[in-house]
Amino acid sequence: MATKKKTEALAKCPTGIKGLDQITGGGLPQGRPTLVCGGTGCGKTLLAMEFLIRGATEFGEPGVYMSFEEKSEELAKNFASLGFDLDDLAARKKIALDYVHIERSEIEETGEYDLAGLFIRLGHAIDSIRAKRVAIDTVEALFSGFANEVILRAELRRLFGFLKSKGVTAVITGEQGEKSLTRFGLEEYVADCVIFLSHKVDQQIATRRLRIVKYRGSAHGTNEYPFLIDEQGFSVIPISSIGLDHSASVERVFTGIPRLDTMLGGKGYFRGSSILVTGTAGTGKSSMAAHFIDAACRRGERCLYFAFEESRNQIIRNMRSIGINLEQWVNKGLLEFRNSRPTLYGLEMHLVTMHKAIESFKPAIVVVDPISNLVAAASDMEVKSMLSRLIDFLKMKGITAFCTDLTAVGGSLERTDVGISSLMDTWLLLQFIEGSGERNRGLYILKSRGMEHSNQVREFRLTDNGAQLQDVYVGSGGVLTGAGRVAQEARERAEALERSQDIERKQRDIERKKAVIEAQIAALRTEFEAEKDELERSIARERLHQKVLAEETQALAQSRKADDLSSKKVSTAKGGKGARK
Amino acid sequence: MTSETKSKTSRSSKMVPAEAQYQLRLYVAGQTPKCIAAFDNLKRICAEHLEGICSIEVIDLLVNPQLAKGDQILAVPTLVRKLPEPIKKIIGDLSNEERVLVGLDLKPR
Repeated sequence: MATKKKTEALAKCPTGIKGLDQITGGGLPQGRPTLVCGGTGCGKTLLAMEFLIRGATEFGEPGVYMSFEEKSEELAKNFASLGFDLDDLAARKKIALDYVHIERSEIEETGEYDLAGLFIRLGHAIDSIRAKRVAIDTVEALFSGFANEVILRAELRRLFGFLKSKGVTAVITGEQGEKSLTRFGLEEYVADCVIFLSHKVDQQIATRRLRIVKYRGSAHGTNEYPFLIDEQGFSVIPISSIGLDHSASVERVFTGIPRLDTMLGGKGYFRGSSILVTGTAGTGKSSMAAHFIDAACRRGERCLYFAFEESRNQIIRNMRSIGINLEQWVNKGLLEFRNSRPTLYGLEMHLVTMHKAIESFKPAIVVVDPISNLVAAASDMEVKSMLSRLIDFLKMKGITAFCTDLTAVGGSLERTDVGISSLMDTWLLLQFIEGSGERNRGLYILKSRGMEHSNQVREFRLTDNGAQLQDVYVGSGGVLTGAGRVAQEARERAEALERSQDIERKQRDIERKKAVIEAQIAALRTEFEAEKDELERSIARERLHQKVLAEETQALAQSRKADDLSSKKVSTAKGGKGARK
Repeated sequence: MTSETKSKTSRSSKMVPAEAQYQLRLYVAGQTPKCIAAFDNLKRICAEHLEGICSIEVIDLLVNPQLAKGDQILAVPTLVRKLPEPIKKIIGDLSNEERVLVGLDLKPR
């Protein structure tokens, strides 16, 4: 019968714990014991308990909880604080609790014994509710109760065998030892699956991590996975469970600043892409975020704003000064702020709270302002790992991520503190440009994957009507912004005016000269006319005079009875004519 | 077998006076050699040291598993001194008489 199932893959028992099933590829080994070890307060008990409760409530598998440390009432109280009603589950025979109390001072040992009592109790509890799951927390307490370690070890081995024979999936917790995984070497009895929990405090911020040390007969994630415990229980966040296979949208979203859209090929960012804005303090990073949000809310999209520096009201007030009213979107439920100090809790807790907020709010746009502040909560590497998971997660969900990053003064501008620029699709750089005794903001697009984008520097101005981009003055005087640009522009305007006036003057000169010449021509013509008249008159007079003279001569000749010269002349002429004829 | 032990037990408890100063309870799990040895040893010790002032009750956990919880029984066999207070527990086959007497406060440590 047993050999019949030989070829079947290892059956797994889902824990129902967020993320853990993902790492283990389906859950804990079915019908076998799993050892959960770790230091004090690392969450062993909770893991064991949640395994049982989820089994009872979600998978219909009743469970027995055997506690060596806490009384049943104490356990019920602890779990009530996490939202589990243990008493109710116990009453409905979903969970059986058994508190095992060992008081060394009450016990005297004489001669041979075994732990049949423990098996009987456990067996009775299992049978009474037909349990499929068992949690034993922590079995090592036996070592403090009984002196004979030889018997104990033999009995422990028998216990694991007993659990297997009962066919229950068991979680056994064990305290971490100095050199070994567990103080009493329990791992040698549990060969199937060992999970190690740690709770490391780094720079006063605690981070919980989980690692699967061993999982016989199954592939499993081998990393240290951060996890956290919150009001909804245990959640593990797989570092790389999200692959790089998210779809890429070609849809574009406007930036909220028209000229920036123009710089980005006229259409803005890609939807679902990640946008990084870096710059030193006060360059207007949050204002750009506000513009983006404002534009999105106007389209009716939901936005989630994670603020690590300012309070919600402060952001709303500040953005009102540049003419953006974010409050209306908050009131309409399109915008939600999540403000928290980065040092409030560990990075992983941030990640998980962000995950949860995103899952519940379902935004189209997420703003993280600023990511650099998270460095305060952890090391660069951890921040990078966390952000890459966050961005992967957002990309998978098709959510546009808008992150701002504060560049330290003195540092290289084209470098992000946490080195995440390579994760980003679009990188905008805001920079102060100093000159003419003032500082002005300049905006560059360092990169924007998959789209045409401007290589120009623009002056970024925050006005009462929002952020505006202007061309910077690039000319003989170098690159000028702000007052320098204004002065230079004025100067250029003056020069241009002067030049145009010059031209006008010259044109007027021409006109005048033309007029003068024309006047001269007219005068000359008048003069000529006058002279012409005079001359003609004198010609006429001369003619008259001549005529008069001829008449006078004739008259004189007649009076002298002189030869009719004229007739003679006439006759001779006639005669001549005739003679010739 | 079990019933025989039980009947024996009840008989022995009937033998002692009602106001027993020592109320002892022996938890066993079936008729294992250890359990039989423990019962025999207990009877002998009682006869020698607590003649007439003790009652012995034997509980077989295989028959009444739910009773293990009440006295916090893990090891078998376990002898529980219910009276006089405080409760004392002696685990093992009770082969070492000295230690049993110490455990029952019949002998100083």
